[in-house]
Amino acid sequence: MTRLLKGMFFATTMFAPAGAALAQDASLTIESWRNDDLSIWQEKLIPAFEAKNPGIKVTFAPMAPTEYNSAVNAKLEAGTAGDLITCRPFDLSLAMFQKGQLAPLNDLDGIKNFSDTAKSAWTTDDGKTTFCVPMASVIHGFIYNKKAFEELKVEVPKTEDEFFALLDKIKADGNYIPLAMGTKDQWEAATMGYYNIGPNDWKGEEGRKALIAGTQKLTDADWVEPYKTLAKWKPYLGDGFEAQTYPDSQNLFTLGRAAIYPAGSWEIAPFKAQADFEMGAFPPPVKKAGDTCYISDHNDIGIGLNAKGKNPEAAKKFLAWVASPEFATLYANSLPGFFSLNSTAVKMEDPLAQEFVSWRQNCKPTIRPSAAIVGRGQPNLDLEMWRVSANVINGSETPEQAAAETQKGLDSWYKPAK
Amino acid sequence: MAKARTSYLRSGLIHLALISYTLIALFPVFLTLVNSFKTRNAIFREPMAIPTPSTFSLVGYETVLKQGDFIGYFQNSLIVTVVSIALVLLFGAMAAFALSEYRFRGNLVMGLYLALGIMIPIRLGTVAILQGMVAAGLVNTLTALVLVYTAQGLPLAIFILSEFMRTVSDDLKNAGRIDGLSEYAIFFRLVLPLVRPAMATVAVFTMIPIWNDLWFPLILAPGEETKTVTLGAQMFIGQFVTNWNAVLSALSLAILPVLVLYVIFSRQLIRGITSGAVK
Amino acid sequence: MTDVPPTDALAIKRPFRWHILVFLAPAFLVYTAIMILPLVETLRLSLYNLVDGKTVFVGLNNFITLFSDPRLAANFWNALWNNLIFFVIHMLVQNPIGVALAAMLSVPKLRFATFYRTAIFVPTLLSFVIVGFIWKLILSPIWGIAPGMMDWVGLKWMFAPWLGKPESALITVSLISVWQYVGIPMMLIYAALLNIPDEVLEAAECDGITGWSQFWKIKLPLILPSIGIISILTFVGNFNAFDLVYTVQGALAGPDGSTDILGTLLYRTFFGFQNQMGDRSMGATIATVMFLIILAGVSLYLFVIQRRIRRYQF
Repeated sequence: MTRLLKGMFFATTMFAPAGAALAQDASLTIESWRNDDLSIWQEKLIPAFEAKNPGIKVTFAPMAPTEYNSAVNAKLEAGTAGDLITCRPFDLSLAMFQKGQLAPLNDLDGIKNFSDTAKSAWTTDDGKTTFCVPMASVIHGFIYNKKAFEELKVEVPKTEDEFFALLDKIKADGNYIPLAMGTKDQWEAATMGYYNIGPNDWKGEEGRKALIAGTQKLTDADWVEPYKTLAKWKPYLGDGFEAQTYPDSQNLFTLGRAAIYPAGSWEIAPFKAQADFEMGAFPPPVKKAGDTCYISDHNDIGIGLNAKGKNPEAAKKFLAWVASPEFATLYANSLPGFFSLNSTAVKMEDPLAQEFVSWRQNCKPTIRPSAAIVGRGQPNLDLEMWRVSANVINGSETPEQAAAETQKGLDSWYKPAK
Repeated sequence: MAKARTSYLRSGLIHLALISYTLIALFPVFLTLVNSFKTRNAIFREPMAIPTPSTFSLVGYETVLKQGDFIGYFQNSLIVTVVSIALVLLFGAMAAFALSEYRFRGNLVMGLYLALGIMIPIRLGTVAILQGMVAAGLVNTLTALVLVYTAQGLPLAIFILSEFMRTVSDDLKNAGRIDGLSEYAIFFRLVLPLVRPAMATVAVFTMIPIWNDLWFPLILAPGEETKTVTLGAQMFIGQFVTNWNAVLSALSLAILPVLVLYVIFSRQLIRGITSGAVK
Repeated sequence: MTDVPPTDALAIKRPFRWHILVFLAPAFLVYTAIMILPLVETLRLSLYNLVDGKTVFVGLNNFITLFSDPRLAANFWNALWNNLIFFVIHMLVQNPIGVALAAMLSVPKLRFATFYRTAIFVPTLLSFVIVGFIWKLILSPIWGIAPGMMDWVGLKWMFAPWLGKPESALITVSLISVWQYVGIPMMLIYAALLNIPDEVLEAAECDGITGWSQFWKIKLPLILPSIGIISILTFVGNFNAFDLVYTVQGALAGPDGSTDILGTLLYRTFFGFQNQMGDRSMGATIATVMFLIILAGVSLYLFVIQRRIRRYQF
């Protein structure tokens, strides 16, 4: 017994140093929640960087998105986080910067390749300091099954009435589930529902800024209206949508059982890999023909420098590369649906991605309303919107109740600047 | 005759009940294994069917084996689990013996102190633990995990073992003392063999949360060399969430070793339980 | 220091018993260093809060906030109530099933007993990652396993997306947890039943006590201490539970907070979730309250219940 024990203990101490083996050259670790992209980083992005920068080894270390924030915070506090930190947009990364965990990047080579709008998600409120290199934004809309649309001889809807007429037609036909969305994971209800169709009602940036200024409230008609539309989605969702998870919805659509998928552009790459039919996309339908359209074009992902990292020089080299047009082209084409924020125009090969980006010409872009400034208190507005949007679709809350609840939560801590 | 018939009826009912429950217990595992060998469309269309030549596919396993070093992960999990269990059993039994056998000042206080740990999840101390491990240079080592799991397992082990040690007859121990055995010999030679069933139980109890833990491997040892099976499987699920072939294959790979280990271990456990019983 | 009580004087005369120290030291040291000190650090945090970016001692203010802030208090009571239901379901379903299975398994000369015992314990060995994924699939209205099976027995109309409905989600998650953990009470009771000496049972049989009445009159009283241990373990386990709800329902413990238990509330508060920042002080406050609840339960067991259970030395 004791000998076995000693043997085992010895074994662990022998194994122990393996993890701490030090490389001669600088080695960098990227903390990220994008575990979907692991192979793209390993096979395309990192080799491209290492080929140009011999002596620097880069490891992409992703974890599950749900664990990312807590785990990376714990690691930053203990000083074991990697040199490069993938940045969530707005208030979360701002908090890291304020705690001194992220280094300012104002004088990084290449940071001038980004417009102020692109940098806004990772810049202090006074607009002076940027602390993450913007990587990509995502656009919301609807992806549809072209084969299904042809079979049913239906067209892409422009207005909301057309949209619901279309849904009725698909439902009457019975071969396809009209909308592939569930409410179990909650976030889709807000992210692909409320934030997706809402900007047409609250007029994009205008409404978002008014909310921050306190001149509009979430209980105003413009903010309640999208909930009312969402409530009308219920009959078009699949049976048992209350227990339908996000992967369930993705599978329903890519297996050809649903006709329309309320989407974020990040779905493009995985959908292409799994669906064996042609896909198209359309922006959120407007109320009346001829209305200005608004789309959610949300700064989603950036990358910053761990202020206590071990290889700041090498890490800065890497960040400068991420800021370069070369990276922008490589990234946008490896991950169609993550649109480069670089000021240099990026040529994208993917037609579906091109479709999404083309909306920027006619529609006014805005970011998610709960992301900046109103998203930094308790209760967290984003999470509240997830919850009430799911409730509204489930029918357990009326749109008015949902709006009142979120406004009450916001009022409990947020005092708009006078 | 009548008695024999009722006993047949009785054992028949018992078997029926046990078989039903066994089915409930094994069904999900069966489902995982069966579907991991099917094509993606077949998983969806006929989840209950056994793979046929037309639906049979190993594509999930190919994806898994290409992506990660599952054998390495398995080794890590095994080392961490076995060493932690051994330490928990040894240290736990020693402390439980001291608490249940001797009357000394502070006995009750010590017992309560050592039981505190069952009441509060060790996860709450994460930040301080991580800082401590950083200071000791143990981050990304299996030693860090072993230390945490040993500390985590001790309170429950002491709690259960001291409960069992109180049922060991005093006469036996006193007889040992009269024969001139030292306290250590009484513990190792007389008491330990008698509480073997409890030790086996504690071992199983300790093993489950360690083998299945996700949190500490994620925080303390996320490196490729120290990744455990559970962490590997979880990362894999995150990455291939809609690729159910791959996910089910990864889960099967994570289940199988535990099953094999348990089937082997289970004999020991039962032998421990039956031979340990004082009859 | 002069008036040493006589009992102590007696103790001093005995030589110092080093072996007690040797027996206790390893467990004490590892446990104190790795578990208690970090936890104390966390509990200490419940008395501090960030004021203008500095950590300041605030006394019991965090606790006052927790119970007076309408939102925090509502979340806390909701989680506590759900947790109680979670515990009650385990006590009413898991433990009786566990005892029943153990009683059946311990029937002498039962065939295939090893197989049953091994099989029924299998779910307990599975990680939450697996359990969560599999049960979500089985109960999924889309994948169709549960609806399909209910169709076979003509019960399709009873099927509902249980995990997605606020009124059934908590019960469903509790039952999944029961499914996973029933092996533990089964094993403990099984070991206790095997430990009953044959002489006791033979004596009972001589008195004509057999079968069911033997179980109720002889075996059950003898395994009461084990049932006590199981109950307190269930209590502690349930009030610390987190992982299953997390893997099945996510950190938000939906729908609409209906499966939120103390563990998930604590996790969200302490570590944050998605765009919500972690609040170490409030998290530590909730942790402290959880600790007190569990402490109360365990004390009740140790000082009231355990003392009334008769223990038999064989």
